[in-house]
Amino acid sequence: MTPLTLWGQALAVEGMGGGESRAVLRFRAAGSGGYHLDEHDAVLIHNADDAEIARAAGVQTAVFVARDIAASHGYVFPRRVSLPANFDYLGDGDIIGLNPRSRNLRVLYRRSSSHNSILVTERCNHYCLMCSQPPRDIDDGWILDEIAECLPLIDPTTRSIGFTGGEPLLEWRRFTRLLSIARTTLPETEIHVLTNGRGFASPEVVAAWAAVGSTKLCAGIPIYSAVDHIHDYVVQARDAFDETVLGILRLKDKDQRVEIRVVLHGITAPRIVETCSWIARNLPFVDHVALMGLENTGFALANQDLLWVDPLDYRSDLTAAVGILSSAGVKVSVYNLPLCLLDREIWPFAVQSISDWKNAYLPICGTCAVRDRCAGFFSTGRMRESRGILPLPPESLPARLSAMER
Amino acid sequence: MARFLPEVAFSHSSADDLQLLPLRFERLGADRYFLANMVGDGLLLSSDELNRVISLELAAGDGLYERAFSKLLVSRKGQRSQLQLLALRLRSRMAFLREATALHLFVVTLRCEHSCPYCQVSRRSADRERYDMSEETAMRALDVALSAPPQAIKIEFQGGEPLLNFELIRAIVEEAERRRGSLGKAIQFVITTNLALLTDDVLVFCRDHSIQISTSLDGPADLHNRNRPRPGGNSHALAVAGIHRVREALGKDSLGALMTTTEASLDRVEDIVDEYVRLGLDGVFLRPLSPYGFAIKTKQFAKYDANRWLRFYERGLRYIIDLNKRGIHFPEFYSALLLKRMLTDRPMGYVDLRSPAGIGLGALVYNYDGKVFASDEGRMLAEMGDRTFELGDLATDTYRSLIMSDKLVGLVSGSMTQCAPQCSTCAYEPHCGADPVYHHATQADSLGIKPLSGFCTRQKGIMRLLFELLEGSPEDAAVLRRWAA
Ligand code: SF4
Ligand code: SF4
Repeated sequence: MTPLTLWGQALAVEGMGGGESRAVLRFRAAGSGGYHLDEHDAVLIHNADDAEIARAAGVQTAVFVARDIAASHGYVFPRRVSLPANFDYLGDGDIIGLNPRSRNLRVLYRRSSSHNSILVTERCNHYCLMCSQPPRDIDDGWILDEIAECLPLIDPTTRSIGFTGGEPLLEWRRFTRLLSIARTTLPETEIHVLTNGRGFASPEVVAAWAAVGSTKLCAGIPIYSAVDHIHDYVVQARDAFDETVLGILRLKDKDQRVEIRVVLHGITAPRIVETCSWIARNLPFVDHVALMGLENTGFALANQDLLWVDPLDYRSDLTAAVGILSSAGVKVSVYNLPLCLLDREIWPFAVQSISDWKNAYLPICGTCAVRDRCAGFFSTGRMRESRGILPLPPESLPARLSAMER
Repeated sequence: MARFLPEVAFSHSSADDLQLLPLRFERLGADRYFLANMVGDGLLLSSDELNRVISLELAAGDGLYERAFSKLLVSRKGQRSQLQLLALRLRSRMAFLREATALHLFVVTLRCEHSCPYCQVSRRSADRERYDMSEETAMRALDVALSAPPQAIKIEFQGGEPLLNFELIRAIVEEAERRRGSLGKAIQFVITTNLALLTDDVLVFCRDHSIQISTSLDGPADLHNRNRPRPGGNSHALAVAGIHRVREALGKDSLGALMTTTEASLDRVEDIVDEYVRLGLDGVFLRPLSPYGFAIKTKQFAKYDANRWLRFYERGLRYIIDLNKRGIHFPEFYSALLLKRMLTDRPMGYVDLRSPAGIGLGALVYNYDGKVFASDEGRMLAEMGDRTFELGDLATDTYRSLIMSDKLVGLVSGSMTQCAPQCSTCAYEPHCGADPVYHHATQADSLGIKPLSGFCTRQKGIMRLLFELLEGSPEDAAVLRRWAA
């Protein structure tokens, strides 16, 4: 149970210059040649045949995974990147960002995945107790440039792309410009942005966001409690609740799509009925509410004593909370929680939400009849096993399970 | 690893940091209070808790702060979101004001073949010439109705027994349909009838024009026939037969029935409900008698007071909730209406329960004689010689002159609960409404002294009951929430 490697270092980079400027590369399968290659395209060389075809086609940039076949066969490409074996899952259409000098790289986009999520910055004005991506106070503005370069290379048939941080709105002018690029290059793609929403307390930011003019754009904003100091404590920032709620109101006032995200842990789970009643009464016009199991990684590990709670212990509250929202007409989903920990009546709300690259199951799940529809577990961090994990017999498989199928 | 701040670092430091938001409360018992926020949802509290909220003796983590904050009863000074939420919710609740006068009642005749002693419209039994609406009057009424601003309007045919003048209904519907296209209006038609005179012709016409039927059913045969005498004593049989025929011809959703509570009904709420269930009706509206027409003359109205009616209502409501718990979806419609207000902020412009009042602004009534009234009850009063709610005459008036008349403006602005004594400090006010006609009829004052008002007694009684049921029993609450959905 190890997640896919999305960050790492190339074994060798040659011919790409040694300056500070980063390179964005889109991989192409060597196939049978006859390419129309963009300057960003790099052809994947797996064997001698690939290398021969690519050479004959005049390919400029070649990528080798695990083994530098070209070197051993004496082919020469003007630009060459050689990656370690744990990147061998990369394929045609995938995109990486690479610093030729340090050889550091990160995977920006995987065409085969429905969970592409692009980090916009590591900076944040929150410091959440359970942050899975602990913020760093560094100057990483180059990331936005890299994404701007990456967006036109993404397959326009991609169904959805996520942007995450850090807090993307800290650089809201540049970020909303990025969203406008995405709207042009990926007109059919759902764009989901994870933000703490505080920036939207400013009308200027909301205006810029709305000016992107995309109906595919949705802001996913966390609210951890109906009570100011509890939310502020979870995110470790005073006045966060006030600004976030105000931000949501301003976004909805401009008809922008908003999802509220509630991560369930030791502080939020005991209040989930109160929180969802409050959402149902005060924000019933949001487009979606996601009630999410905790990813036990990052700060969540450091704060385990405070945050870990066995989902079994909030099971009936979660059922009640889902009922309150759905009967108020609010679209609600349960993320990141295995089916065996949920009451049967909320199975239709459960979503296989964990990104493919970090999704896993337990050995005992092998005998479970609903494994194919179960969210399973995070392979990141350290897993805490619930007392309630229990493979389900075949008769528990309902004809229709997913809310999406209704 | 950076340090995390403890919980206390995020709470207010003293009562000075806090402020109360607009609130009202109602004493429910020796040590029980309902504390409501500006839009009428809130908390049940002990008197100690109430005092602590009001004096802001609240500490983060004491549970009371959290309850009061999440119910928008307090906020920290300088916070904007709490006020914005209240403003938004209030705006949503009052949005019905944007749709002026969606309901138009045509009293096509005052004649009726029934002779109900509780008749609130003072029906006549003869003299077609005098008590039927003329076609000329009807067309002028249609002009006014179609010049009201809403895109979707409802035209309801009333009586008397409107089927006695069915030819006029036909003419009005056809003319309205001719004109609605160019006006871009959607028009829904309803006929309120006792069904005794229902014919196949009528049914075919209703089917072809998607006309809905509203009828009267007071309960099982003996009770219904006693309340609603007609020659032959067969009102119930005709109503039941009519209900079946209407449903067959027009579909189940095109029929609704209303009941009226007489003294004889008071001990029989279960029978009444059972009769509605037996006939497959989709719910029941437990309605008290109103102080108009023959109900006053024959002293029917005076036979029970608001408290007796409330006992009847509560017994009925509990009985109906039990039915629902056994899996029958069968709402009591008045509760459903109040629950929508109590549990959601959807705009509810129900003409009889809103403030500013629905007189004129929610509905206009075109009487058979060409007079225009601000409400159905207003024309009932006029038959008794009191023309307070007569706004004008179709011979001379337009929609605008009727709605902007000093008379209407005075009646509406003078009866608003938002600023009325008692109401303005009442915890239930956001869900209640102004009833200027009732208060004028009973107290000769359209605002009314609420502690003396039967309307107020009933309102408080029902809303309190609903709050207690919502708080007291999860199973009852689940049923009530379904009604509001
Ligand atoms: S046993 Fe495994 S696969 Fe089955 S529901 Fe539980 S976690 Fe999911
Ligand atoms: S009429 Fe009575 S219940 Fe209604 S708002 Fe006024 S005081 Fe309250």
